[in-house]
Amino acid sequence: MSWFSDFLASSIGRKVVMSLTGLFLILFLMVHLAGNLQLLPFLAHDPAGELGRSFNLYSRFMTSNPLIKTVSYLLYASILVHAFQGWVLWSRNRKARGSQGYAIKVNKVAGANAFAATKMGWLGTIIFIFIVIHMYQFWLQMKLGKAPMAVYNGKEAEDLYYVVAEAYKNLGYVIFYVVSMAIIAFHLDHGFQSAFQTLGINHKKYSPLIKWVGRAYAVLVPLGFAIIPIYMYFFM
Amino acid sequence: MKLTLKIWRQKGPKERGRFETYQVEANPHMSFLEMLDVLNEELIAKKEEPVVFEHDCREGICGTCGMVINGEPHGPLPGTTTCQLHMRHFRDGETIVIEPFRASAFPVMKDLGVDRSAMDRIIQAGGYISVNTGAAQDANAIPIDKDTASQSFDAAACIGCGACIAACPNASAMLFVSAKVSHLALLPQGKVEAKHRAQAMVKQMDLEGFGMCSNITACEAECPKGITVENIARLNREFLSSSLRSEAKL
Repeated sequence: MSWFSDFLASSIGRKVVMSLTGLFLILFLMVHLAGNLQLLPFLAHDPAGELGRSFNLYSRFMTSNPLIKTVSYLLYASILVHAFQGWVLWSRNRKARGSQGYAIKVNKVAGANAFAATKMGWLGTIIFIFIVIHMYQFWLQMKLGKAPMAVYNGKEAEDLYYVVAEAYKNLGYVIFYVVSMAIIAFHLDHGFQSAFQTLGINHKKYSPLIKWVGRAYAVLVPLGFAIIPIYMYFFM
Repeated sequence: MKLTLKIWRQKGPKERGRFETYQVEANPHMSFLEMLDVLNEELIAKKEEPVVFEHDCREGICGTCGMVINGEPHGPLPGTTTCQLHMRHFRDGETIVIEPFRASAFPVMKDLGVDRSAMDRIIQAGGYISVNTGAAQDANAIPIDKDTASQSFDAAACIGCGACIAACPNASAMLFVSAKVSHLALLPQGKVEAKHRAQAMVKQMDLEGFGMCSNITACEAECPKGITVENIARLNREFLSSSLRSEAKL
């Protein structure tokens, strides 16, 4: 094996892969949220009678720009690598722990979110299932050409706004979406600071800031996503 | 004080173990190990097999003792080894559950005694420095910054007991390995082998079947010597730079 494959197969190498793909996905969430917020009429610049215009033009740009298309393949790869590597970590760690458990176990931790930290694998599995359903419901519908078309200034764009608005009329789906965001919040709360620690970034001066930003990010970003279906269900 | 003990008894590595219940009369000034000594004296008097547990210095500095007491390695008192834990921290009439340190890499040999030689093999892989024989050089010949010396000393406080591994939900040995790597990496004497040390020790750690760190920090919470996860970050840095920079193949 080359030094690089040795590195990737080592325990710390695997963690570094988790960390880097995780940080990339964290950044992606911000971009995704910026796009989604245009679903809210008070944040979008939609002329009268053209609800969803900003969102549709934005999604057209995101699906047609070659640079963004390239980054999107990196994104799909990151999700798959992060999920696969997470599964390897989970199964190896289970094996390392052994079949004989403790009769009593006190789960004390020093500064981590104990629930999120010990349940990352399960939280991640639910998030992966959410992503599959999410991709099927919106991304695949558009790719299969099932979304209706809208015309803006003579140019056609898929009316993804319509597809989203239809989905958010279903209370069951809105609940599923909001619960998924809560799960992402826990996953992020541990994942954000954990990613830095894995890369060796732990310093008395900067770590409190990383933890603070991580917690704020873990609360605000999923909250931003969750507000959209709730607002659309109740007020539109 | 009267105590009920539920102790894991296991005849050998291949045998099935189970909990046995014992009653013991202890003095609040006794250490936890002295309380177990009292129990064993009684068992021997009754011609029963005494409970196997490891111990050596009984001063909290050798790292030999270690058992999981009421769900915590070395018991409920922070920063304390089992031998330094006194019975006054328990209530009269309390039931205490005592289990061996558990991990796939720590097979139970008998009762509360586990085989921790995997940790020795990690040290052999790289937890050392090369020193010339002959007369010792002057103690102050190499200047070392106070902060650095303190950080190294804090890491060197690790007694290698294995409580971090017992506490970790992943049975990861990262806190132990990071303490050993940090202690040497911070000092000029450790620089000679620094290029390979982290790689060699992590490789051995992986071979021994320890889990991977997911930054849960249970290790730091249960460490009797207050080793912090900042050391794990340093190990990650040492491993990364060692993997990227060294040309030799391990």
